[in-house]
Amino acid sequence: MGSSRSRMDDIPHAQQLIHETDFSAAHLLRLHQRFKFLDKYQTGELRPRDFGAIPALALNPIGDRIIGAFFSPGRETLDFPSFVRILAHFRPTDPNRSRDSTQQELANSRTRKLKFAFQLYDQDRDGKISRAELLQVLRAMLETQVVEEQLQSIAERAIQEADLDKDDAISFDEFRRIVFFFFVFCLQSLEKVNIDHKMSIRFLK
Amino acid sequence: MEDVWSVAVSVFQVWMFVVVFLIMLPAMFGLSLGVTSVYIQVLVKILKWATVRIQRGREEQPSVPVPLPNGIIERVGGSMEEEMTLTQRHSGSDIAGAEFSLSDALYFYKKGLESIADDQVTQRFSSEELASWNLLTRTNQNFHYISLRLTVIWGLGVFVRYGILFPFRITLAIIGLSWLIIGTTLIGYLPESSVKSWLSELIHLTCYRICARGLSATINYHHRENKPQKGGICVANHTTPIDIVILANDGCYAMVGQIHGGLMGVMQKSMVRSCPHVWFERSEMKDRHAVTSRLRDHVAAKTKLPILIFPEGTCINNTSVMMFKKGSFEIGGTIHPVTIKYDPRFGDAFWNSGKYNMVSYLLRMMTSWAIVVNVWYLPPMTIQDGEDAAQFANRVKSAIAQQGGLLDLDWDGGLKRGKVKDSLKEEQQKKYSSFITGHNNRDTED
Repeated sequence: MGSSRSRMDDIPHAQQLIHETDFSAAHLLRLHQRFKFLDKYQTGELRPRDFGAIPALALNPIGDRIIGAFFSPGRETLDFPSFVRILAHFRPTDPNRSRDSTQQELANSRTRKLKFAFQLYDQDRDGKISRAELLQVLRAMLETQVVEEQLQSIAERAIQEADLDKDDAISFDEFRRIVFFFFVFCLQSLEKVNIDHKMSIRFLK
Repeated sequence: MEDVWSVAVSVFQVWMFVVVFLIMLPAMFGLSLGVTSVYIQVLVKILKWATVRIQRGREEQPSVPVPLPNGIIERVGGSMEEEMTLTQRHSGSDIAGAEFSLSDALYFYKKGLESIADDQVTQRFSSEELASWNLLTRTNQNFHYISLRLTVIWGLGVFVRYGILFPFRITLAIIGLSWLIIGTTLIGYLPESSVKSWLSELIHLTCYRICARGLSATINYHHRENKPQKGGICVANHTTPIDIVILANDGCYAMVGQIHGGLMGVMQKSMVRSCPHVWFERSEMKDRHAVTSRLRDHVAAKTKLPILIFPEGTCINNTSVMMFKKGSFEIGGTIHPVTIKYDPRFGDAFWNSGKYNMVSYLLRMMTSWAIVVNVWYLPPMTIQDGEDAAQFANRVKSAIAQQGGLLDLDWDGGLKRGKVKDSLKEEQQKKYSSFITGHNNRDTED
């Protein structure tokens, strides 16, 4: 960061991006610097291995999946507007600044964030988290720390809890219900915890 | 033709007179004519004015960029345990501890996304961003378009720095370094005696003082009663090779390091003739035991100068202190921690070795406004019972970070060049697994 300054003229379609994503000019400049920093060979596009330069991501157990979520299926490269748009998904929705109806905006943004989380599990994008996919994520998060039987029993329990229509897989609605339910429960124990905030990254003004 | 020549000669004479009698000699004796402090005060006033002017300009012209010195992410949230507990249910299953929930992945994904947008580690390997402009070309982000007066002052600054200050500084640096090499070589011919050590200390001190003047350095030493003693080990946070000049202005240290080629190698060889520094060949550096035993021998001879070590192993940008390598803390002996904090308004002292080589770095240093630095000597620390070297290292690191107002990070400075070790990922997995299988202790921290 800060190793090469960006200027607004360097950024293609800057005004359009600002309007679309609600980032400020300062944020956009910063994100552009970040993009250039990750894009070591200045190709103008990012590839999955470029994210390896981030130490905190390398030690994140599901780091690879998060990186994969930035790239649309079948695509190997990521350009700057897509990079910014994906990060913009995770801004908290400010109910004081709505253009459409507040509830609808909030619901949309929350759904988008949940969908992203859902896709971390559902790698083949068939709309369901199968037992095998669940096991994969569990393995990533626990690796050598628990034995296979324990993993299986944890997965079994999770599916039983969530799977309402008994098809042995977790659909997006079932996923949403579980996550939402837990957040609501939290709302009762702590005031002012906003579900949206829990899943958002806060960008400084 | 002759007139030009005689004019040039007299200019040169005046020049050398000023340099030698007004700068060099007072520097050698530790005196100050007060010019530098006046200069710094004037600078501070000008920079304050510039900050106010830029803020006003920003309100008038919204297209002026806003610097974000603290990054763009607001990091909120506690440790892994705290975050996970918040998103977990606990319908009576407190007995078994928390259990796995589909929402657990949310914690990891949020941390991952935050680190993609802005991470804590890589920003330490490039220069600190300032909250406002300090009228140097290198930190300019189109600020000079704000007002004519600002542009004029900036231009004047460029002229003063490059045209007036820079020649003085180069001359002083050359004089200082030659003095070091010649002086230490001469002293090297003397037999070992207290006179020799005294003379050697004198030569080193005066040389470093000249070099410090050569950078317009203003150094404030705090708590000098804690200055490192003979037979001890001095440990400090590392920002730049100039750290050595800063510390050596106030006392003599035995340096530790690798033998380089070129000019540095010549300096190292002559320095070691006059007093025992500890230089290693590159091959020897790999052998940790050899390094530790040599340092241990040096420390054990209580009459030798304190060793100066930078346990981070690499230059960090002076906003944080990164992991201390425990090797220095296994030697034994008393550790004297020192905090060095540069004031970034007057010049960026951080050496980004990937971006600038030594020569261009020094040129940048010599064309900054000045170097203003605070040095705090902390009380000596020794290893306690039941503490291993790594814990001791962390304790010292926290003390140093706290004194200087620096962020205390556990990340390894070696990440500047290397990759994350797989064992760190395993630690994250271990933490998570102990959380969900209920084996976690109440007092395990993140």
